[in-house]
Amino acid sequence: MSKEKKDKKGFSRRKFLVRGAVGIGVVLGTGYLTRSIWRRGIAGMINTAESPYMGDTKTPPLWFEVTAENQIILHSPKVEMGQGAFTGLAQIAADELEVDVDRIKVVHAATSTGNIDGFGTGGSTSISSLWMPMRELAATMREMLKNEAAKALNTSPASLQLNNGVITGGGKAITYGEVVAGVQEWEIPKTPPLKDLKDYKFVGQPVARVDLADKVFGAPIFGMDATMPDMLYGAVVRSSLIGAKYKGADTSKAEGMPGVVKIVKEADFVGVVATSRMAAENAKKAISVDWEVDRNWESEDIEAMIQVGQGDPVEIQKKGDAKGLLEAEEGLITAEYKSPIGAHAQLEPNGAVAYVEANKATVMISTQVVEITRSEVADRLGFSKDQVNIVPTFLGGGFGRRLHTPNAIQAAVLSKAVGKPVKCFLNRKEEFQNDTFRPPTHHVLKARLSEDGLIETIEHNVSSGDVMFGSALTPGFLDPIVGADIGAWRGGMIQYGAIPNFRAVSWRVKLPFSTSWWRSLGLLANTFAIESFMDELAIKAGKDPVQFRLDQIQDDKAGQRLKAVIKAAAEKAAWKDEVVDGRAMGFAASTDANTPCAHVVEVSIEEGEIKVHKVTCAMDPGIAVNPDQVRAQCEGSIIMGMSAAMYEQMKVKKGALTPTIYGPYQMALMRNAPKEIDVVLLQNDDKPGAVGEPPMGPIGAAVANAVFRLTGQRLREMPLQLV
Amino acid sequence: MDISFQINGTLRSVDVDENTPLLWVVRDVIGLKGTKFGCGKAACGACTLHVDGEAVRSCSYAVKYAEGKNITTIEGLGDADNPHPVQQAWMEEVVPQCGYCQPGFMMATAAMLDKTPNPTDEDIDANIVNVCRCATYYRMRKAIHRAAELHTANAQNS
Repeated sequence: MSKEKKDKKGFSRRKFLVRGAVGIGVVLGTGYLTRSIWRRGIAGMINTAESPYMGDTKTPPLWFEVTAENQIILHSPKVEMGQGAFTGLAQIAADELEVDVDRIKVVHAATSTGNIDGFGTGGSTSISSLWMPMRELAATMREMLKNEAAKALNTSPASLQLNNGVITGGGKAITYGEVVAGVQEWEIPKTPPLKDLKDYKFVGQPVARVDLADKVFGAPIFGMDATMPDMLYGAVVRSSLIGAKYKGADTSKAEGMPGVVKIVKEADFVGVVATSRMAAENAKKAISVDWEVDRNWESEDIEAMIQVGQGDPVEIQKKGDAKGLLEAEEGLITAEYKSPIGAHAQLEPNGAVAYVEANKATVMISTQVVEITRSEVADRLGFSKDQVNIVPTFLGGGFGRRLHTPNAIQAAVLSKAVGKPVKCFLNRKEEFQNDTFRPPTHHVLKARLSEDGLIETIEHNVSSGDVMFGSALTPGFLDPIVGADIGAWRGGMIQYGAIPNFRAVSWRVKLPFSTSWWRSLGLLANTFAIESFMDELAIKAGKDPVQFRLDQIQDDKAGQRLKAVIKAAAEKAAWKDEVVDGRAMGFAASTDANTPCAHVVEVSIEEGEIKVHKVTCAMDPGIAVNPDQVRAQCEGSIIMGMSAAMYEQMKVKKGALTPTIYGPYQMALMRNAPKEIDVVLLQNDDKPGAVGEPPMGPIGAAVANAVFRLTGQRLREMPLQLV
Repeated sequence: MDISFQINGTLRSVDVDENTPLLWVVRDVIGLKGTKFGCGKAACGACTLHVDGEAVRSCSYAVKYAEGKNITTIEGLGDADNPHPVQQAWMEEVVPQCGYCQPGFMMATAAMLDKTPNPTDEDIDANIVNVCRCATYYRMRKAIHRAAELHTANAQNS
C-alpha cells in the first residue's frame, strides 16, 4: 500500500499540484460543453474543417504531476488505443518542458483528476486537436517551474538554465521534483512564447512508443486486466435477436448453482454475480429470459432498406447544375456500388470492473468516451457525476467500438447489488451480436463526360444506416442543425473541384440494429464507390487514371495538397497502367479530415483469389509528430481497410446478426497482408493533421481498380469477390 | 480438485473445476494477465501460451490437461533485462499498436522458431494465424524474420 498522505478527497497530495489553489471546478464548470462548442466540434469533423479540443487547455497542473523522483506524469484525457497518442503527446510535452521523453510517463487521466475531454478519443483528433494546447500547457508549466525555482535559488527566472529536469542558476541546481515539493500555491502565468519548430528535439522524430515495453512484456494494462480487491465476476443475459425487448426472466435454475452469489433482476436486464467468470457464464446459460421480438429480420430486409431513393435525402454538396445536366439519358454513365455491415471485431471485448459504494462509484474501463461513461453510470446510480470516478485503461482496440458503454452501467448495477467490486465482460458471441456496426451502404454514381474527356457533371448518391444520428457522442439537437449524418457521408463529397458541375446527396435509413462509428466512418465505402467510378470514367475517357484525376483537381491549397500526394504515390510506385507478369496496379485517392492520401496497389490473382503484393501510400498529414507511428497507422489502416473491403461482412439470419466468431467472420490475416508497404509522407501543412483514418479511404477502390485491369471484372460490391 | 503444474519455472497447485479453461486459471487464479481472452473458441490466438514448449490456445484447453506440465506465458518468455529474441525483435520493429493481441502472436512466433529457426514467408503465413485488428502484420513479419536472426545468433553463442 502507498504510504503517501491522502487529503480528505482521497487524492495523494503530490499528485495534483495546485488542487485547491486554482478553482478546478471553476475552470471546468463554465459551460465548456455549451451548444456552440458542440456545433463547432461536430462541424469540425466535416471533411475540410478542424476539430477543436473540448476540455481544459489552460491549467497545467491538471495535466502534469512531478514526483519526488523527478518524473513527470502526464495525465492524458485522450485514451491510448494503439494510435500512439501517448507517445506523440509525450514528445510534444518533452520539447516544451525541456526534458527527455523518457522522463515523462503518460497515464490515463481518471475523471477524478478533473482533466476530462468533453468529446472523447476518436476522429483522428488525438494529436491534431492537442497540438497547440499541449505545447502551450507544457510551456506554461515550464515557466511555472522556472518562476518557483528562481525563488528557491534566489535568482531571476531569466538567468536559469534547464536541462532534462534540472534547473541551474546562481551556481546552484534544483530538480523539477524539488521545486514542486516546495510549492504550496502556484501562479499560472500568461502563456509564454512557444519554441520554434526547428528547435524541437523530439517532435518530428521516430521516438519509440512509450508503451512499447508494457505491450511486449505483457503488462496488465487493459480494461480486461483490471482487478479490485475481493472482486466478483458478473455476466448479463443478452438476446441473439435484433430488437429483442427484455420482459422478465426465470432464474430458478441458476440460483444455487456452484459459485453463484446473486441473481440480479433489473427492469431492463437480468444478470448474475458469481465467484469466477466460468461460474457466472454457466449460471447465465441457466437463466431463461422472456424476450419480446417484433420481427425476425433477414439480410434481404436490410438490403431492401438500404437503397438510394428511400428515406430522407439531404443535398450535402452542390456546384453548377448537376441535377439538370444529368436528366437526359444520352451519354449518361451510371454505376451502383454496395458495402456490407461491418463489425469492429476488436480483440478485447467490452466490459468493466465497477465498485459501487454508499456514496461513490469507481469504474475501470476501456472507453473512448470517458465523460459519457461517467454521466451514464451516474444517471443510472442516481449519483452526481462527481461521485463517479472513471479510471480509463489502455484499450484493446478502439476503432469506434467504445463510444457506447452500457457495459459500464451493467457492471455498476451488479456491483451495487452485491456491495463488492464486479468484473463483467461480454463474450465473443455477444460482442459480435451487440456491436455498433459500420452501416451497410448503397451508392449510385452518375456522370457525363465532356468532348475533351473530362467530367462535365458528376453526382454521388449514398444511402447508409446512421453513424452520427442517435450516437451518445452527439446530442439529439444536433441532428437537425447538421442535417445530414456527417458520419455516414464522410468521404462522400466530390473532391475534384475543377469539375464544373457536381452534387452529392445523402439518404438516411434507420436500421433495426445499432450502427455507429467504425474507423473512418463512411470514408471507406464512399471512397470505394467514388474512386472506383473515377476509374471507370477514366477508362471510358481513354485516359490514364492518375492524370485523369490530376486534371480535375482545383488549384487551391487543398487541391494542391491532393495533387501532391497523387503525384508522389504514382512516382514512388512507378505507376503503370498495364498488366506486367500477371500483376496490375490500381490507383485511388481521398481526402479525409484535411489529410489527403493516395494509394497505388500491386495485385495478382492467385488460385482464384485476389492477392495484394504491395501498397505504396503517399499521405500529407502536415507535421508528423512521430513519423514512425504515422507510418504504423498507415500500415495498419491499409491492412484493416483491405480486410473490410475484401473479406468482411455480417449477415442477418432468422433475426440474428451472424457470424459470431473470428474465422467465419473472415478477416485479413498474416497471409493476406501485403509484404511491402511503402509510405511516403509529405508535409504541406504547418500543423499535425488527422492520421489514423485517412489512409483507409482509398484502399478498397485501389484494389478493385487493379482487379479490373487483371480480369476485366468490375467489382462493385464489398467484400470484393471474383465471379 | 487440485491440479499442479510448473508455470514460468514455478510449481503451482490450484484448486479449481478441472474443466476450467487454462486461460482463466492463468489470468484469474494465478493472476498473470499477459495471456489474453479474445474469443473463447480457439479462433483468434490471443490466449496462446506454451505447454511443454507447444503453442496452445489456452481458452480451449481444460486445466486438467496441464497436470504435471510446464507452462510458459508471455511473462515467462523474457523480461526487459533479458528479453526473448522475439520480444527483442518486436521492440526493434516497434510492432504493437493497441497491443492486446501481441502476447499471443509473440508466443506463437517463439514456438514456431523452436521448430523452424529460419522460417520462410510461407512458413510464417502457415503458422502465424492469429488475429490482429490493428493489422500490424506488416511489421510483425519483419519482426519474425529479425527474431529468427537473433534466435540463431543466440543459439550459436550459447
